[in-house]
Amino acid sequence: MSVWEYAPAPESRDLANLQPAYRPFIDGAFVDGGGDPLTSINPATEEPLAEVGTASASDVDIAVRAARAAFDTVWGPMPGAERAKYLFRIARLIQERSRELAVLETLDNGKPIKESRDSDVPTAAAHFFYHAGWADKLDYAGYGPDPKPLGVAGQIIPWNFPLLMLAWKIAPALATGNTVVLKPAETTPLSALVFAEICQQAELPAGVVNIVPGAGDIGSTLVRHPGVDKIAFTGSTAVGKEIQHALAGTATRLTLELGGKAANVVFDDAPLDQAVEGIVNGIFFNQGHVCCAGSRLLVQESIAEELLGKLRARMSTLRLGDPLDKNTDIGAINSAEQLAKIRELTASGEADGAERWTSPCELPERGFFFAPTVLSGVEQSMRVAREEIFGPVLSVLTFRTPDEAVTKANNTPYGLSAGLWTEKGSRILWLADRMRAGVVWANTFNRFDPAAPFGGYQESGFGREGGRTGLEAYLDV
Amino acid sequence: MSDRVSVAKTYKLYIGGKFPRSESGRTYPVTDASGAFLANASHASRKDVRDAVSAARKAFGGWSGATAYNRGQVLYRVAEMLEGRRAQFAAEVSACEGISAADASSVVDASIDRWVWYAGWTDKVASVLGAANPVAGPYFSFTVPEPTGLVGVLAPQSSSLLGLVSVLAPVLATGCTAVVVSSADRPLPAITLSEVLATSDVPGGVANVLTGRADELGPWLASHADVNAIDPTGASAESRVDIARAASGTVKRVLRVPDAEPDWTQRPDISRLRRYLEAKTVWHPKGA
Repeated sequence: MSVWEYAPAPESRDLANLQPAYRPFIDGAFVDGGGDPLTSINPATEEPLAEVGTASASDVDIAVRAARAAFDTVWGPMPGAERAKYLFRIARLIQERSRELAVLETLDNGKPIKESRDSDVPTAAAHFFYHAGWADKLDYAGYGPDPKPLGVAGQIIPWNFPLLMLAWKIAPALATGNTVVLKPAETTPLSALVFAEICQQAELPAGVVNIVPGAGDIGSTLVRHPGVDKIAFTGSTAVGKEIQHALAGTATRLTLELGGKAANVVFDDAPLDQAVEGIVNGIFFNQGHVCCAGSRLLVQESIAEELLGKLRARMSTLRLGDPLDKNTDIGAINSAEQLAKIRELTASGEADGAERWTSPCELPERGFFFAPTVLSGVEQSMRVAREEIFGPVLSVLTFRTPDEAVTKANNTPYGLSAGLWTEKGSRILWLADRMRAGVVWANTFNRFDPAAPFGGYQESGFGREGGRTGLEAYLDV
Repeated sequence: MSDRVSVAKTYKLYIGGKFPRSESGRTYPVTDASGAFLANASHASRKDVRDAVSAARKAFGGWSGATAYNRGQVLYRVAEMLEGRRAQFAAEVSACEGISAADASSVVDASIDRWVWYAGWTDKVASVLGAANPVAGPYFSFTVPEPTGLVGVLAPQSSSLLGLVSVLAPVLATGCTAVVVSSADRPLPAITLSEVLATSDVPGGVANVLTGRADELGPWLASHADVNAIDPTGASAESRVDIARAASGTVKRVLRVPDAEPDWTQRPDISRLRRYLEAKTVWHPKGA
């Protein structure tokens, strides 16, 4: 059999228009932060990308005051129809600068350019476009006439989809009339600061959006700031619990979008090749750095061997390497810390008795990479079946009956997403009813849309993002 | 009329469709508003909380899986049973709350009407809160509200029936199951309501009623991993903070409630229903 080699097809990193230094964005201006600057690195090469000024606690205070002033004097009183036009402008500016943003995102995060180009950036623009239209139609959102915004929203986002998570947070907050102070993740602050420039280009009034880069301590300061009316957090369940604990008994509103351990359930009548694509997409999209990743494959026993064979064959064709290469399927793990966590958990699976199979792809000499891996023979009691790995590692369990599939799928404190693969429509709807998860993908996986609410049951958090339902998180209702 | 000695009722807990005493053996005296002895109520313990949670969890699959129409009928049946016991409720509300017979009677009327209002929501809330999502792709995407699970309810301390109904009915209407801690000092209407629930086709375990102290039992409910949401209405201000902290350990939904008990006679909105519902979004491809 002849092998078709792919010639390198790298996107130019110059498109990112990388600056040597980035600064916090407070009250409409880029300012010198009082915190220690951090160096954001390219996880695919471990080379420094840029120096990023960080906010200090007093900068957070200044940002919250700026957001409050903007809420009181400009953004709050502004008619929805006018707010909408700013959001439409932002959506268009993201589209106009999409190549730059995609390359920048890939450099800073390590995700393949085809994902940042085709998924992250266009979906971020779509979120602003969608929510722009809500700004003057909130009377029709089902929360009574003239629903009021909460005020100043503090928003903390993770490193897996830096620009997209920013859009999920900022677009609904602004559409409903709130102002925001957003802290991007420590390892991926760059696209948020380019977004700040977009806010300037859109002539968004000063103080409506403030971006305060920093580490967990700055997030913690923001959470506890008495001038913040609402906290929206996306990140780990452990940190989410800390935030909920810290806000217990306060008037600050809270929504949490936390971890997951999604079951991807494959029945013996599923179209197997299609299911294999869905499994690959479910766990290897964005290197598995996805809270709703299909990290537990539940396969009906009668087809387990056949499916695993097909899955391994497909995984062997995944191209791992330079995230800027348009042919790359699997990019870099975002940080050394995350790579160590993935290695540790995968090793625990092996030690617990799971069988490990790793795609025989070559790893680049530099950078943080982890080859796509399947652990089969996984038992419910193993850590790799219970804990979120947040990496390209799939745990495989089997089931015999639909009831057993439901029980195993729901046997987790999480409840963010689930995947179902079967040709039988009635079974899909029966299963969808029984999945204790906020998003159920049937014969597909990892679909996102601003019109479709997203969020978790149980320890995957509370509140939704997207759709009419998502507006509630930023309204005083 | 002869001087007949009446048969006094033993007031007990309501767990899993049965009426046990507290496993702790504890009781406490309940008095009327003027201080006269009414009854000894069971003083529920942590173990009773756990038994009630266990019963409510067992009942969740059946109750949440019942058709909305069926849940509506069952809850409407509760209202019918309440109506049949109007006099008993009015007497207990009057004694516990120290209000006139006429006022107590209107409280009972409002409570029954409140229950009917929520009963009617079971098969409508999905139409109001759900959606077909116009996604940009060849998919049918729809969002349905589903019950969040098991709700711990610390019922209001003052409003012994109307308040209780106002916090319990929305839980049951969404398809959630409940563990209720009644008003501590005014528990009799809650116990009589359990007798109504037991005789109105509400499956055992769907609603469980404990008499006791909200501040003592609330933190146990809030830290129990099998409880999904908690309504701290009946807890004291200090205790609410502890309850909210305990709830964070398993990312429970904690209801935002006013510091002081609200005026329960006000017409409710659907915010309580919304709090107990999770939006589930389902995607399916379209194709020939």
